[in-house]
Amino acid sequence: MAFIELDHVDKGFGPAWKRSEVLSDLNLQVEKGEFVAMIGYSGSGKTTLMSLLAGLIRPDRGEVRIGGKVVDGPGPDRGVVFQNYSLLPWLTVGENVSLAVDEVFAHKSAAERKAQVEKYVAMVNLTPAMGKRPSELSGGMRQRVSVARALAIQPDILLLDEPLSALDALTRANLQDEINRICQEEKKTVILITNDPDEAILLADRVIPITAGPKATLGASIPVLVPRPRLRKDINSCAIFKKTRNQVIEYLLKSSAGKKMEVSKKMTVPDLIPEDLTVRRPVFGVKPRPRRRSEQKRENVEVIS
Amino acid sequence: MKLIQRLGLDAVLYPLVGILLCLIVWQGISGKSVTTKTKDDFGDVVTVTKRTGLSADLPGPLETWEKSKPYILHPFAKRGELDQGILRFTWLSLTLVVQGYLIALIVGTPLGFCLGLSKAFGKMFDPIFQILRPVSPLAWLPLGMVLFLSAKLNIPGAKPYTASELAAVFTIAICSMWPTVLNTAVGVRAIPQDYLNVAKVLKLSRTKTLFKVLIPATLPYMFTGFRLSLGIAWLVIVAAEMLTGRPGVGGFLWQQYNALSYAHIILCILTIGIVGYALDRLMSLVESKLRAA
Repeated sequence: MAFIELDHVDKGFGPAWKRSEVLSDLNLQVEKGEFVAMIGYSGSGKTTLMSLLAGLIRPDRGEVRIGGKVVDGPGPDRGVVFQNYSLLPWLTVGENVSLAVDEVFAHKSAAERKAQVEKYVAMVNLTPAMGKRPSELSGGMRQRVSVARALAIQPDILLLDEPLSALDALTRANLQDEINRICQEEKKTVILITNDPDEAILLADRVIPITAGPKATLGASIPVLVPRPRLRKDINSCAIFKKTRNQVIEYLLKSSAGKKMEVSKKMTVPDLIPEDLTVRRPVFGVKPRPRRRSEQKRENVEVIS
Repeated sequence: MKLIQRLGLDAVLYPLVGILLCLIVWQGISGKSVTTKTKDDFGDVVTVTKRTGLSADLPGPLETWEKSKPYILHPFAKRGELDQGILRFTWLSLTLVVQGYLIALIVGTPLGFCLGLSKAFGKMFDPIFQILRPVSPLAWLPLGMVLFLSAKLNIPGAKPYTASELAAVFTIAICSMWPTVLNTAVGVRAIPQDYLNVAKVLKLSRTKTLFKVLIPATLPYMFTGFRLSLGIAWLVIVAAEMLTGRPGVGGFLWQQYNALSYAHIILCILTIGIVGYALDRLMSLVESKLRAA
């Protein structure tokens, strides 16, 4: 039995008459210590899937099991890094992390908890920013605090919900390397959700494509056979890497091809000619009437010269 | 002009010019007394004092100043129950305002939280709030009188509260409560889902979620409510004092109106305005500190 299991999970939103089925028939097995990346189009229900794993929402049908137990709510065994950092702006970096630590390790002494906060802030290289508030930090630094907070509760599973998609390309590359390093050090079970194939392949042991929504489901997993440690500069020349990337992209393109959504909407443009705003309207007296295209008449006068 | 701006004087100069213009208009429409001496048919001198002007009975700026002098120059004097220095009156009014205002905050903030957090509570009580909200303080005061007619509140070491005082506090509290209630509710509803998710993922206990997430996240909204509430509390006190005849700025105003000394009405209006402005500035100072944090 696998460590994380999704068993025929369906999830939709909205009342019965205008229901949108987001995810349908998800099946997944993740072993302990595995790093799995899920990749899909935006709007394909990636965040819904993460919320299911985190226990923030329940599936309509099927079960989410972790360590053999059905997930019935969020818990400190899963650390979540949200897409938009989700730091509390009125707390400093240290306080944000210790909010998590104090809650989960309430039985430990204050000194131990403090040491633990410091350890994880140091792990993401933010010790100098310990006393700063999130508003004083850059996007990349904020996301690192978020990673530190998720790690500091020492969860078995790390859920990363598009942790880097809000960052610029350079910062993103830096943080990818950092996440790579931390995950290798900490040996956690990690589920990363992303929309970047390179990121997925660089970090994960296995890439699982999510088909295009609605009714998105998980595709067959694609193992990443690139040996570790993977270095960013080597990866562009690596043949296995290129092959895997092609596989992933092909799958995603194929899955979306059949599901092209088309919405047609009849729109009636009002029968008006735009007013010339450079012409000043008279303050008093007769204001210009709206001109209609249907009322316009054109007369062609032939001039014989 | 450039020089004035460079010296930073425009911040002072422009308001002064504005005030001066208002004073001129005031002087223009106010009346002044003219004393005429005439001889009547018997040859006796008759002195007739008449007020003339656009609004004959309105005292001009100088006259107002002359008549208000004893109240301004001896601001803490007490010559009688309804003849005290202006700051003493202000103090009397403020103490009552503070009592009513604090009650409004203590009752209003939790109400706002309930309103924002629970849909059922909102559906139950929102219509009632919306109906009670626009009711004027003048309408609440008699009800307050009825409520506390037979009540006697004795706090050891303090003067016993009279029914009219209790009614005034009640009126201030119930009138100034609504901005706090509604703003807090809006603030609670505006908390980003992300913060709530963080609380859920970390499995924070209910009290910890309240104090670490909900309250800090709503604080700016709450303070906007507090500020509006304070403004209303200060508005209400005047009406309450007028109706109850209690000593204070409003009571003084009404009494002076009845005593036909109109200059003091203007003095009271200016005092009320200045104190209200000062209170609002004070609250917005606290508010901006909070927003910056």
